[in-house]
Amino acid sequence: MLKIRGLRASVGGKEILKGVDMAVNAGEVHAIMGPNGSGKSTLAHVLAGREGYVVTGGEVVYEGKNLLELAPELRAREGVFLAFQYPVEIPGVSNTYFLKASLNEIRKHRGLEELDAVDFLSLVRQKLKIVDIDQDLLNRPVNAGFSGGEKKRNEIFQMAVLEPRLAILDETDSGLDIDALRTIAGGVNKLRSSDKAIMVVTHYQRLLHYIVPDFVHVLLDGRIVKSGGKELALELEEKGYDWVQEEVGAQSR
Amino acid sequence: MAEIAERTGSFLEGFDAFLRSAASRSPERLQAMRRSAIDRLASTGFPSKRDEEWKYTNISPVLERVFAPVITSQGNGVARRDVDRFTFGAVAWHTLVFIDGHFSRELSTLHPLHDGVIIGSLAETIDRQFEAIEPYLARVTPHDTDAFTALNTAFLRDGGFVFVPDAVAIESPVHLLYVATGGTGAHMVHPRNLIVARENSAVTVVESFVRISDGVCFTNPVTEIVMGPHASVEHYKLQDESPDAYHVGSIHSRQGRDSVYTSICVSLGAALSRHNIVSTLDGKGAECTLNGLFTATGTRHVDVHTTIDHLQPNCSSREVYKGILDGRSHGVFNGKIIVRPDAQKSDARQTNKNLLLDGRARINTKPQLEIFANDVKCTHGATVGRLEAESLFYMRSRGIGEQTARAILTKAFASEIVDFIKPDPIRAHLDSVLHEQIEHMGEAMIPGGA
Ligand SMILES: Nc1ncnc2c1ncn2[C@@H]1O[C@H](COP(=O)(O)OP(=O)(O)O)[C@@H](O)[C@H]1O
Ligand SMILES: [Mg+2]
Repeated sequence: MLKIRGLRASVGGKEILKGVDMAVNAGEVHAIMGPNGSGKSTLAHVLAGREGYVVTGGEVVYEGKNLLELAPELRAREGVFLAFQYPVEIPGVSNTYFLKASLNEIRKHRGLEELDAVDFLSLVRQKLKIVDIDQDLLNRPVNAGFSGGEKKRNEIFQMAVLEPRLAILDETDSGLDIDALRTIAGGVNKLRSSDKAIMVVTHYQRLLHYIVPDFVHVLLDGRIVKSGGKELALELEEKGYDWVQEEVGAQSR
Repeated sequence: MAEIAERTGSFLEGFDAFLRSAASRSPERLQAMRRSAIDRLASTGFPSKRDEEWKYTNISPVLERVFAPVITSQGNGVARRDVDRFTFGAVAWHTLVFIDGHFSRELSTLHPLHDGVIIGSLAETIDRQFEAIEPYLARVTPHDTDAFTALNTAFLRDGGFVFVPDAVAIESPVHLLYVATGGTGAHMVHPRNLIVARENSAVTVVESFVRISDGVCFTNPVTEIVMGPHASVEHYKLQDESPDAYHVGSIHSRQGRDSVYTSICVSLGAALSRHNIVSTLDGKGAECTLNGLFTATGTRHVDVHTTIDHLQPNCSSREVYKGILDGRSHGVFNGKIIVRPDAQKSDARQTNKNLLLDGRARINTKPQLEIFANDVKCTHGATVGRLEAESLFYMRSRGIGEQTARAILTKAFASEIVDFIKPDPIRAHLDSVLHEQIEHMGEAMIPGGA
């Protein structure tokens, strides 16, 4: 589904990604772990097409297409979804209006009929249960004045409604208490399926107790330096990132 | 002298003919008022950019043209269906229709009124009962207020007259609908509205300036609002004139004790528009709210000058103006707040927020505080910004196209003002007009600096 080869990218003239390689197949869950500042969000933003992130080398092929050539909205319509580490507040635009506009753009792109207000509402009601989000939040402006936890729930709620093929969750666990974490993880698990893939970006393994990954990658200083199965996350929890750093250092010496 | 002549344009020429045509029907006091207004204009001329109040607005395009006064109304063959789309579908409202500045009884909708209430054409009231008007006319806005008010007073003839006696609340809004036909060549109209809300009365008045077809015209309206103690007036002005039109207008209100005045001015059209809004708090405990929205695209120019004059103690004023500027348009906002020595415990708040959609668009915004009392609360703030890159990306990352995302964010910016509008029909109308306008904004965009 997704092939990243030798991806290099810089922000503000500074090289952050220094050659990232990874492959994600449909049905898989990949965890990307690494200490703060290692480039995890940068990778997520590059995949989503954020302006200001300049790709200086490598390629990303998504469903056989050159992903880096597509405008952000086209990537979204093709099924790429980024749950933001810091969801953006948009005063004056209601959550429902925003989500309906998004969904209909995506449906149009897929050759499906646009949903009218009634059908949209019944879909929303069904999806609300997945993340246990307060219905009142729907009529409020997008993320405006939401608590940290509400913002994260809202991201996963959007994901539930938009049904992406490739979902990238950037630190969706940060700032959540354990109950919220469980609910959100439960929501994500319900969206797992054989034709969808999920990339879970985190620097704690906590979330991975609930969303159990098939693969774990360690991103250090803009490179994936180690990959393994779900047990790698546990090893990282025990030994910390310094351990990987030393191991990698030893190898390259 | 040569300079003054230059700065009176061609306006003096049509005056004598106008005065003669109006003579048979006009009381001598009114004729004298017109004469002294034109004299004042002839002696001082129009302001230039050297004038502090007109520093950023060049009115030469208005002075260089010749605009013919529309002395009698031919109705221009306008039918009811031509004006229906401007009445917001509000059939229960009292709607006074003016075609090129002249009242049309056939096109208007007048419902039965409470005893003592007058809702009608100023010209008709001048002819039939001038004594009802005389105590109020040109009192809030004397003709020597400024050149454009002098011009309006010189050509004063028609407009809306609303009189609400003590303790009467008029339930349905009064709509003064000014329709430019665009078919009469370059012409000028000088609507004069007079709204009198006596003690404990309440009324909503809507003024709208629209066109049936595009054309060059100069609209120079003056609205005077006189409010007694405990009166409540909600006033809306909607300017959506032809892209070739010039609009220079004023709204002056004077409030009595504990009265509440709300003004919302929305300026969407015209090549050049200037709104002077002057609100005088002349009774203890009076409250006024001046809110508004202006938009401009292309090379258009829009200027809003407001003055809130706190004369008496314990008054409060609230003001929020927003500007949306696209293309190479130019906006001006000047918000003056005066707190006079007696006006202790005044509470004034002012905000002006502007959105520039194109790197070439400009705004000059300035708060102007003149505070002569010591126990007052007065806050103000102005911002100039662009659409947030973060918000745009967030929307695009959900599949919404860039142009649509821009339009949604721009509408959201405007919605704070639109949401202030209480009557549903106006809000719905404005929503759709704005939607249409905003959809086309930023199409030939040049990105701004950082
Ligand atoms: N807009 C930016 N301008 C300059 N440097 C940035 C910007 N965004 C991120 N960085 C830098 O890029 C590096 C990686 O950041 P990020 O991808 O957010 O890391 P992570 O998500 O792994 O914590 C950090 O050193 C950070 O300071
Ligand atoms: Mg991050």
